[in-house]
Amino acid sequence: MALTGRGLWITALIAPPLAFVALFIVYPIVAAFAYAFYDWQGLLRGEFVWFENFHTVLFVEPYASRTLNAFSHNIFVFFALMVLQNGLGFLLAYALWRELPGARFHRVAVFLPVVLSTIIVAYLWKLFLHPLFGVINQSLRGVGLADVAQPWLGQESTALWALVIAQAWHMVGFPTLVFLAGMQRIPTDIVDAVRMETQSEWVKITKIVWPLVAPSATVVFVLLFVGAFNWFELPYIMAGLDGSPYGSTDVLGLYFYRTAFGNVSAAHQDFGLGSALAVLMFLFIAAIAGFVTAKLRAREIQL
Amino acid sequence: MTRTLLRIGAALGAVLVAAPTLAQDLTFWSWRQEDRAQYEGFIETFEAANPGITIQLETFEAANYNTILSTALAGGTGPDLMMVRAYGGMEAIASAGYLEPLTVEKVPNLEGFAESALQAETMRSDGQLYAVPFASQTQFVIYNKALFDANGLEEPQTWDELLALSQKLEDAGVMPFANGTATAWQNETIVFDLVSSIMGRSFYDDLMAGTADFTDPRFTGALAKLKEISAYFPDGFIGLDYPSAQQLFASGMAAMFAGGSYELATFKTLNPDIELGVFAAPGIAADDEKLVGIYYDGGYAANAAGENKEAALKFLNYVASQPFGQAFANTLNNISTVPGVTFDNPLLGEVAELNQNSIPYMMLVHFRFGEPSGSVLLQEEVQKLMADQTTPEAAGERITSELATWYEPFQQ
Repeated sequence: MALTGRGLWITALIAPPLAFVALFIVYPIVAAFAYAFYDWQGLLRGEFVWFENFHTVLFVEPYASRTLNAFSHNIFVFFALMVLQNGLGFLLAYALWRELPGARFHRVAVFLPVVLSTIIVAYLWKLFLHPLFGVINQSLRGVGLADVAQPWLGQESTALWALVIAQAWHMVGFPTLVFLAGMQRIPTDIVDAVRMETQSEWVKITKIVWPLVAPSATVVFVLLFVGAFNWFELPYIMAGLDGSPYGSTDVLGLYFYRTAFGNVSAAHQDFGLGSALAVLMFLFIAAIAGFVTAKLRAREIQL
Repeated sequence: MTRTLLRIGAALGAVLVAAPTLAQDLTFWSWRQEDRAQYEGFIETFEAANPGITIQLETFEAANYNTILSTALAGGTGPDLMMVRAYGGMEAIASAGYLEPLTVEKVPNLEGFAESALQAETMRSDGQLYAVPFASQTQFVIYNKALFDANGLEEPQTWDELLALSQKLEDAGVMPFANGTATAWQNETIVFDLVSSIMGRSFYDDLMAGTADFTDPRFTGALAKLKEISAYFPDGFIGLDYPSAQQLFASGMAAMFAGGSYELATFKTLNPDIELGVFAAPGIAADDEKLVGIYYDGGYAANAAGENKEAALKFLNYVASQPFGQAFANTLNNISTVPGVTFDNPLLGEVAELNQNSIPYMMLVHFRFGEPSGSVLLQEEVQKLMADQTTPEAAGERITSELATWYEPFQQ
C-alpha cells in the first residue's frame, strides 16, 4: 500500500504513541528481564550468570524463606480482600441497586474514600489504630472493653489484618461501582419477570443478578488479583519497609524494593536479585491473571 | 603613560577572557535538606578564601539519597563533591570505584583524626580511606530535667536505681519511657541506648577477637534486662511508631527517651521550652563502667572521575580543618569529628564527655556488610522478644547462626 492519503494519516497518528509505548513501557520491561540475568555489585553490572539470581531468590537462604513468607502474605491478602472488598462491594452494590432508603447519599459515601490518595488513607488509619490515642482503642476503652484494645499494628496476629481492613475501607467503593453499573444494565423486563416468580432476595441474587453481572465480576476479580500481588504503598507507609513487626506484614512489593534498592538497616543493594524477583512476580501475575480471565470470560452470558 | 594603560587594559581583557576557563565550578550533594542554610554559609566561607572556586549545593531526600547518588554516579552525572554514608552504605558506592581515595598527602588536615572515625569511611577490602568523616552519634538515655526535678530524681548509678526511678515516675502518673517498637530500626537503637553497659566492653572485645558470639550470656543477659525495663514503656508500645514516641517525650508526657544524640535538636524544635539532660544507662553495679553506643554518621567524599579534582580536594581539606569543625559544631549542634573542636552548647559538651566511655554501635559498625545484616536480625529478634514470641537465648542463637552465613569468625 502506498503511503498516501489515508495510509499516511494513520501512520502519522499511530507512530508517535507506538514509539512512546516502546520507549517507556516495552524497553523498561525488557531491560528488567535482562538485568535479572546478570551479577550486580550495587549498580555496577557484572557477569552474565544465567538463572543464578532466580535460583538464589527461590532456593538459597535467607532469601528463600523471605520470598515464601512475603508470597504467603500476598495470597492471604488476596483472599481476605476478595471477601472484604469484592464480597462486601457486591452486597453494597445490591443494596444501592434496590434503592434502599438513603441510596443516593450512600452511593457517594461508599465511593468517596476511593478518591483519597493512598498516602492519606494510610496515615489516617495509622492514627485510627494508634495504641494510645487511636479512635479505635479510645472507643473500646470508652465502652468498657479496655481488654480488647490492642497495639494493632505491633503484633503478628493483628498487623496484616489491620492493613487489609484499611485497604478494604479505601477501595470497597470501586467494586461497588463496577457491580452497580453491571446491575443497572440488567434489562427491566427480566427483573420484572423474576418479581412475578419469587419474593426471595436470595433466589434473585443467586439465579439472576450474580450470573448477569459476570462481566463485572471478571473485571474486579482480575484487578484485585493484580493489585493484591503488587501491593506496596499502604504496607510501606503503615508497616515500614521491613514489614514490621518482624516480617509479619512483609509482601512481595516491599521485599522487592528492599532487595533491589536496599534499606537503611541493611546497606545492601542487589539489582540482579531484585530484577529476578520482579520478573517472577510479573510472570506469575501475567500467567494467573490470563488464565483466570479466560475462565471467567467463559461463564459470562451475552445479553 | 598611555602605553602602560593600554598594557593594563590588555592584561585585564585577557584575564576577563580567561576567567571563565579558570573558574572552577563544583557541585556538592547532600541529604541534609534541613541544614541547607548552614551549609551555604560554610560554602561562602570557603569561596571567600579560595577565589575562583564556586560550589553549587544540591540537597536530596535522606531516605532515597543512596539510590539517587549511586544511580547518578553509575550514569556519569554524579557530583564533584558529595556526602556519603559510613560503613556498608559507603562501601556500596566506594566498591564500584566512584570515590577518590584520600590520604594525608592529599588532605593534610586529616592528620590527628580518631582512628575509629577514619575506620567508618575506610573500605575493608583495600584499607583505603574514601571520605572525611563529619559527625559522631551517641546512643544513650535523654531525660526531661523538669520532670526529674519535680519528682526528686537524679541520674541513676545502678540498674536497680533506674528501675526504681521508673517505678516512681509511673506512680506519679508520668510515663517513664516514651519508646515504642513498631518502627523496625527503633528496636536496634534501644538495645545500645539501654543495655550497652550491661553487655560491657569485655563482650565487645571478645566479639571482635572472635572468642564470643551473640549466644554469649553477656549479650543474652543484656537482652533480658532490656525486656525487664520495657515494662516501663507506654501501654501498647509494640504498636507505637517512632514519630509518636518522639511526640510523647517532647510534649512532656514521658520523662525519658532511649535514643541518639541526633534527637536532641529534634526535641528542641518540637518543644523549645524543654530542658534536656543525658546519661549513659547504668550497669548492674555502681562501679560498672557506664557505656554509650557510638558510631559515625557519614563523610564528605570527592568523585574519582571529577574534572576539578584539585579544587575538590581543597574543599575536603577545608571540611577537615578545625575552623570548619568548630562552625559545624556551633551551628548544627553535632559532635564534629575534627580534632580540637570545643563545644559552646553545654549539652553537647556533656555528650562529648560521655563519648569518652563508649562501645561501638556494633551492628552498624561491623555487621551491615552482608545479607542478612546484623541490624535487621537484631531488630526482628527484639520485636519478637517484646511481643513475647522469643527468649533472649533463642534470639542470640538466631542472630549468630544467620550471621554465620557471611560473617567468617562465626563459621567455626
